[in-house]
Amino acid sequence: MNKFRKLISSHLFLPLFALGLLLIFNAFATPGFFHIQFQNGQLFGRIIDILNRASVLVILSLGMTFVIATGGIDISQGSVIAISGAVCCSLIGGAGDGTARMPLVLACLIAVTVCMLCGVWNGFLVSTLKIQPMVATLILMTAGRGIAMLITAGQNVPVYYTPFTYIGNTIPGSPLPTTIYLAIGMVLLVVLVQKKTSVGLFIQTVGINSKAAHGSGLNVNSIVFLVYIFSGICAGIAGLMDASMIAAADPNNAGLNMELDAILAVALGGTLLSGGKYYISGSIIGAITIQTLTTTLYALGVSSEQLPVCKALVVILICLLQSDKVKRLLEQRSYRKAVDQA
Amino acid sequence: MSEPLLIMRGIYKYFPGVKALQNVDFTLRAGEIHALMGENGAGKSTLIKVLTGVYPRDAGEVLMEGTPIAPASPLEAQKAKISTVYQEVNLCPNLSVAENIFIGREPKKAGRIDWKTVNRRAEELVRQLDLPIDVTKTLDSYAVAVQQMVAIARAVNVDAKVLILDEPTSSLDENETQRLFAVVRRLKERGMGVVFVSHFLDQIYELCDRVTVLRNGELVGEYEIGKLPRMELISKMIGKELGNIQSVNAGGAPQAGEILLEAEGVSAFGRIQNLNLTLHRGEVVGFAGLLGSGRTEAAELLFGLARPEQGALKLEGKPVRFSSPLEAMRHKIAFCPEDRKVQGIIGDLTVRENIILGLQAKKGAWSHIPIKEQERIADEYIRMLQIKVSSPEQLIRNLSGGNQQKAIIARWLVTEPDLLILDEPTRGIDIGTKAEIQKMIVQLAREKNMSIVFISSEIDEMIRTCTRLVVLRDRKKVAELTGGEINSDRVMAAIAGGV
Repeated sequence: MNKFRKLISSHLFLPLFALGLLLIFNAFATPGFFHIQFQNGQLFGRIIDILNRASVLVILSLGMTFVIATGGIDISQGSVIAISGAVCCSLIGGAGDGTARMPLVLACLIAVTVCMLCGVWNGFLVSTLKIQPMVATLILMTAGRGIAMLITAGQNVPVYYTPFTYIGNTIPGSPLPTTIYLAIGMVLLVVLVQKKTSVGLFIQTVGINSKAAHGSGLNVNSIVFLVYIFSGICAGIAGLMDASMIAAADPNNAGLNMELDAILAVALGGTLLSGGKYYISGSIIGAITIQTLTTTLYALGVSSEQLPVCKALVVILICLLQSDKVKRLLEQRSYRKAVDQA
Repeated sequence: MSEPLLIMRGIYKYFPGVKALQNVDFTLRAGEIHALMGENGAGKSTLIKVLTGVYPRDAGEVLMEGTPIAPASPLEAQKAKISTVYQEVNLCPNLSVAENIFIGREPKKAGRIDWKTVNRRAEELVRQLDLPIDVTKTLDSYAVAVQQMVAIARAVNVDAKVLILDEPTSSLDENETQRLFAVVRRLKERGMGVVFVSHFLDQIYELCDRVTVLRNGELVGEYEIGKLPRMELISKMIGKELGNIQSVNAGGAPQAGEILLEAEGVSAFGRIQNLNLTLHRGEVVGFAGLLGSGRTEAAELLFGLARPEQGALKLEGKPVRFSSPLEAMRHKIAFCPEDRKVQGIIGDLTVRENIILGLQAKKGAWSHIPIKEQERIADEYIRMLQIKVSSPEQLIRNLSGGNQQKAIIARWLVTEPDLLILDEPTRGIDIGTKAEIQKMIVQLAREKNMSIVFISSEIDEMIRTCTRLVVLRDRKKVAELTGGEINSDRVMAAIAGGV
């Protein structure tokens, strides 16, 4: 009984439970869901597809987790994704002959740097000018797609340079898609920073009690600044993957509403939107769960227009399960049952 | 002798791993003011929360005028005519006084709130309590003391028979306290039963009729206040004879060493005017004065929480300017703030994390203190300051007030400061811990050669611990007393302006 309770109250319980449900459902509803094929030194299968797409979301939600932990939010991530794709694709060039105008690595670095500057802008608004995070990042959310349009001169920019497609797909000879390596790399980086520095402690401190944090010698402004910059970088990397998957920059649709998925992943992972304690592992599993849900719904034939409705239902469910009131009700019931049995 | 109004009998309350209340009895008569006393963690707050329906009780009965009640929420308790005014005023600062008094039960006319009646009745109510305030003004335009009395007015208006005052005076100065007492006495005459929780002995003896003492969740006894000498009350609360409680400074005042910090004509608008001050190593300097006299503001200037507009600070002869607490910390200055909950603790972090936070902030995020080292530091200071924790990994918000305070002091001691500023370190904590902290202050100055600035509203404890007293009034330094000059008459006179 006690163990069961401990399990339920763990922050990982909810995302894992949801993921488990989805997988069980798919095992019956989607034939060949777990089937993985090995062809030409490469793995194929629905699970791999999900992990491929989920990697984008995992990276986004890493950035979002820290922003939310400081008590903020970054709703500009989706637009920054569009900027990242636009910058990178425009630099490489859309000439139809399959060559690149600029070396791939340099183009990617510039794109991520631009996105980092977007983060600097957000950080400046929130930490220096003290604008509410939702409003501050709303500015770039609305303006971001316009900026991406300006960069691409209002066009979609297709890229015919094959190595570019490797970022969002598979490098020949590798069994797994590059996205998965990138996501693992980012996660390892975050874990390393958490282990070897006090950044995590400081972020939580700021999120829990920023006044006391200031009085204890923390530079609250620079910590807040930092998390928005990191969020921008994450969105930049995610934007490269996203553009690479379709081998084009699509300022209108790239990363559309993805910031909401990222927020959902963080919430599902047990991090409170009011800030404070955060759970990286929860956010990662949350991101994978949400991508699994999306893929499952597509597989069931739900159209992309109706998809948000289904996601909304999931959000309601999560909110219910996370609310203290409902938790207490459930606990009381299980407690009463235990008493009855005893 | 009047009939008991409220009887609590054999109350038990358990929390995971803790027996918070064991077989506690409590009786309140109509028309009496009854003090509830005990150290932090003795069970006062738990008993009150059981009575007001915040926590369900695990055993025992509560009789209100002979009828058993079991309130499951503060609202139900209110309906049973039990009202509570908490230490932190829990009203809405940006609503008007009248709105605050009537919120949730506004008189209505044709489905709309009848503002005329609201304001008229609020007016009557504050007049009854002798409060000269405008009920249509927002609550935050008045001092905390007035807000507290508005909270009482609200409690009275719900037709309560039992009024619980939980540390109502901890943020009030002497004058405000007296006004509050006048109101409470008026309510007593009307036949209300008042439960008064406070750490201030003087106030208990001045105001209360009887006292119930709790210790470690158990009932020690119920006494007529007039028949219980103070020292006896204290020893009942602490459970041991505390001979040294009066003589923290018995070993003679610490000897002042070389000059550490000098302030020359430091001013900041709305905070302090023309402050001249010299702090030596190895001395305890008290900042005495009423709330708002500039004592906290002066300390904040020394710690970089506010910037001086004029004048200069000199640290060991060299001019310094602090633009943030971090810079002050790098110059070995530490500041333990007044409001523990808002400015001190990081509630959702562990005791260990709270203790090492200051040192880690000083070192910067990139020079991470290894976990092993953090644990060693936390253990060392938990033992040194005798902080009562089940483990260093316990969340600090689950500690009692006194232990939270010790953990915050530990946070600053870990940074090994030369100058330690303690702003009201003993407010709202029990007498035993208070004495420990006073003793520690003297020890730190004497043995570690630290310079300590000690701010307190309790003149007695300042007289006991300080080598020098700086008296502030209306944001100006008005007197400086040393040695034999430090006695309560002189200090009071200086604070009041009679020097």
